[in-house]
Amino acid sequence: MGKDKSIAASYARQFAEVEGALPGRGLAWLDALRANAIERFAELDFPTPKLESWKFTNLRPLTREVFAPSPATRNGLGKGDVARWLADDLPCHLMVFVDGHFRADLSELGALPRGARVASLAETLAGDPARLEAHLAGNDAIEGDAPVALNTALMADGAVIALDRGVALEKPVHLLYLATAATKPVAMHLRNLVVAEPGSSATLIETYAAPRGGRYWTNAVTDIVVARDAQIRHFKLQNESVDAFHLAATRARLAKGSGYDSFYASFGARLSRNEIATRLDGEGADCRLSGVYLARGRQHVDNTTVIDHREPGSVSKEHYKGVLDGDAHGVFQGKIIVRPGAQKTDAHQLNKNLLLSKTAQADTKPELEIHADDVKCSHGAAVGELDAEALFYLRSRGLDPAHAQRMLVEAFIGEVIDGIGTPALRSHLGRLVAAWLSEAED
Amino acid sequence: MAATVDTVETVKALSDGDYKYGFVSDIEADFAPKGLSEDIVRFISAKKDEPEWLLEWRLKAYRHWLTMVEPNWARVGYPPIDYQDSYYYSAPKTQDRPKSLDEVDPELLRTYEKLGIPLKEQEMLAGVAVDAVFDSVSVATTFKEKLAGIGVIFGSFSDAVQEHPELVRKYLGSVVPYADNFFATLNSAVFTDGSFAYIPKGVRCPMELSTYFRINAANTGQFERTLIIAEEGSYVSYLEGCTAPMRDENQLHAAVVELIALDDAEIKYSTVQNWYPGDKNGKGGIYNFVTKRGACRGRNSKISWTQVETGSAITWKYPSCILQGDNSVGEFFSVAITNNYQQADTGTKMIHIGKNTRSTIIAKGISAGHAQNTYRGLVRVLKSAEGARNHTQCDSLLIGDACGAHTVPYIEVKNRSAQIEHEATTSKIGDDQLFYCQQRGLSAEDAVSMIVNGFCKQVLQQLPMEFAVEAQKLVGISLEGSVG
Repeated sequence: MGKDKSIAASYARQFAEVEGALPGRGLAWLDALRANAIERFAELDFPTPKLESWKFTNLRPLTREVFAPSPATRNGLGKGDVARWLADDLPCHLMVFVDGHFRADLSELGALPRGARVASLAETLAGDPARLEAHLAGNDAIEGDAPVALNTALMADGAVIALDRGVALEKPVHLLYLATAATKPVAMHLRNLVVAEPGSSATLIETYAAPRGGRYWTNAVTDIVVARDAQIRHFKLQNESVDAFHLAATRARLAKGSGYDSFYASFGARLSRNEIATRLDGEGADCRLSGVYLARGRQHVDNTTVIDHREPGSVSKEHYKGVLDGDAHGVFQGKIIVRPGAQKTDAHQLNKNLLLSKTAQADTKPELEIHADDVKCSHGAAVGELDAEALFYLRSRGLDPAHAQRMLVEAFIGEVIDGIGTPALRSHLGRLVAAWLSEAED
Repeated sequence: MAATVDTVETVKALSDGDYKYGFVSDIEADFAPKGLSEDIVRFISAKKDEPEWLLEWRLKAYRHWLTMVEPNWARVGYPPIDYQDSYYYSAPKTQDRPKSLDEVDPELLRTYEKLGIPLKEQEMLAGVAVDAVFDSVSVATTFKEKLAGIGVIFGSFSDAVQEHPELVRKYLGSVVPYADNFFATLNSAVFTDGSFAYIPKGVRCPMELSTYFRINAANTGQFERTLIIAEEGSYVSYLEGCTAPMRDENQLHAAVVELIALDDAEIKYSTVQNWYPGDKNGKGGIYNFVTKRGACRGRNSKISWTQVETGSAITWKYPSCILQGDNSVGEFFSVAITNNYQQADTGTKMIHIGKNTRSTIIAKGISAGHAQNTYRGLVRVLKSAEGARNHTQCDSLLIGDACGAHTVPYIEVKNRSAQIEHEATTSKIGDDQLFYCQQRGLSAEDAVSMIVNGFCKQVLQQLPMEFAVEAQKLVGISLEGSVG
């Protein structure tokens, strides 16, 4: 009998080989969850553009080979490699992950207030698994496309952040994921969990970077539970190697009166897809999603978001902007759902794309699905090039074309970045954008 | 005098003809048996005395259709259609028609009255076929002669196949190929009739061509096929459909419309669709699966679609423009109203290929009762489309808390010089607006009709005059019972 050569079957075999060594082995609920998930993965297989939600993103480059789970590595990374990814003047609770595994030696958690716990997934599974069971054991854990199911089957590490009732975490938690160039293609199935009990608040920063480049696959799933009147601010900076694949799914559930404010910046990866699905489960929940994506060369960048208004009186604002150069391909898919009965919903969405080269392309699909009448919902989308008049104006003031273009792009992106409430993060992002732009001039 | 004599002669010939070749006496031959097979396709083709190449084309479509799967991506739900449980060819019935308006459903007559349709037209629309045809036939004859005088060919598709096979052969399937999509392919295999219009070079068609005035063959059936060709520098405005509900028990309508505009030509295509939408509980009604596409082949050509969709239980329709010629222009103006349990998934596709091509999309969706109304549109700018421009505006109005309004635009841009904008809003009729109108003595229904008409004005004003007035009334009628 010949072996099933399909990529899904290869991952199933991989799972059988490594499952004994995965963290939390022996926990009945987790073993069942993983087994269930790999079955689901095999059933779904990797999505193709035939699937409506993957119409603009083809995973073929990722599915040509099998990525082995990344082993924990002891390599030459030092504190110096860490510092360059941190925002100036912004003290953080820092967790560093190298090749998908938590590195206590590089991390600086510092003192946490009472009622706040920040630990790695592997540690939590070893020491306090009951905390995870409630949030991971359900069917929701594997809901979604095949990469989420594969993540659930193979998840090896990540961050677990838990805030008790009323706890306000003053300093942000910074999760820094560094990938080192491996000799063979490896995958990091990262799983993060944030549980904010009623009235608590925190800021979460995620940075994905590869100091030495390389070809690898980051497959991250982040679940965020925002209980009544809790607030979570979430910044994600994706600066992966330009040869890497980055697939991420963030699922946030918002209870009554709670808030979730997300900012995403995409600079790296050969192919990336950042999915954010938020469920506004309570009255008066407030969801803000904003993002910028900058891509050039042969980069493919996909931003897919769903905002699901399920109860009356909730608010969502979404603003994404893309800058596409070279042969880059930018995708924005944003869906706003207003469920029956979710009256007085106020939802606005805007996506704008700037094409800098003749061969860049942008696909955008803003979508409204409205089942209630007393709502205010709108969306807008635009694709275009730099304003010739503005360019002319700057050039007539003596700026060279590259400088003039750079200024206009910075202003275009600035509209979103200016909305970031934390000054240190705002300037950190400004620097990353400036660095990206100056690369073009090299 | 000549015209009168002509008319009398024509009608006489017609009625004589009816008796001589009447369907009553030869009923067997004019009904194809139920179901769909190659034999049915051959039967239809033979009935129409079609040339061999057309039969071959139909058969190619039929064989391809067998390999296709019914699409399910639209936001519409309906029980599976049994394609074998349908008649694919039936000549117009003469037997079952009501003999006078007294026999017609009074509900239908009230609607006609509200629309202000003249009595003779009412009889015709309701299918009272006896002598109501009089007026129309005279009109038809006069118009036909006038059109022929300036070289415009306008008539039924079947006639065109007989009289101008070279034109039909050249253009049929050139915009919507036989293998295009499930419903268009089915149409290609079994279409029975439709309209054909050819506007020669440099001719500005002096009147609106229309099926409404019955110049064209009536009762063209479930699978209409329309082909309009505008030669270099010509202009034509075509009106399709009818503002009053047609008595039609057919469940499935799968029409195909192809438009071709050559250099500097312009085609304006207006539709008012008010097929039977089903009853208040969503029972019955027409499934309207239509493929409409126009090709702006020539430089500076223009195709403009205007549609007012108020009928049908299900509408699945995306009138599109392929903007091939440099500087060509595509327009789509749409009002889609759904009430009770109606479902509409409609929009457009604008494919920008030529340089400096421009398109405008204005879509207004109104949803009431338990209805679902979706705008689905595509704006695609290919690499070659230097300087392309699109502006899209989609507005939805919801009436009641059990209906849905959805917007699904796809924007795909491969040329940086393109300027593409899309905006969409969703809102409801404000209580203050209603209160204001009612306080001025308007009934709630009249107030809704007025407000909705204001909401749709941008689109309705694109319609030719005669149509616009009735369309406005129709907007009000479609929403009856949605408030209060």
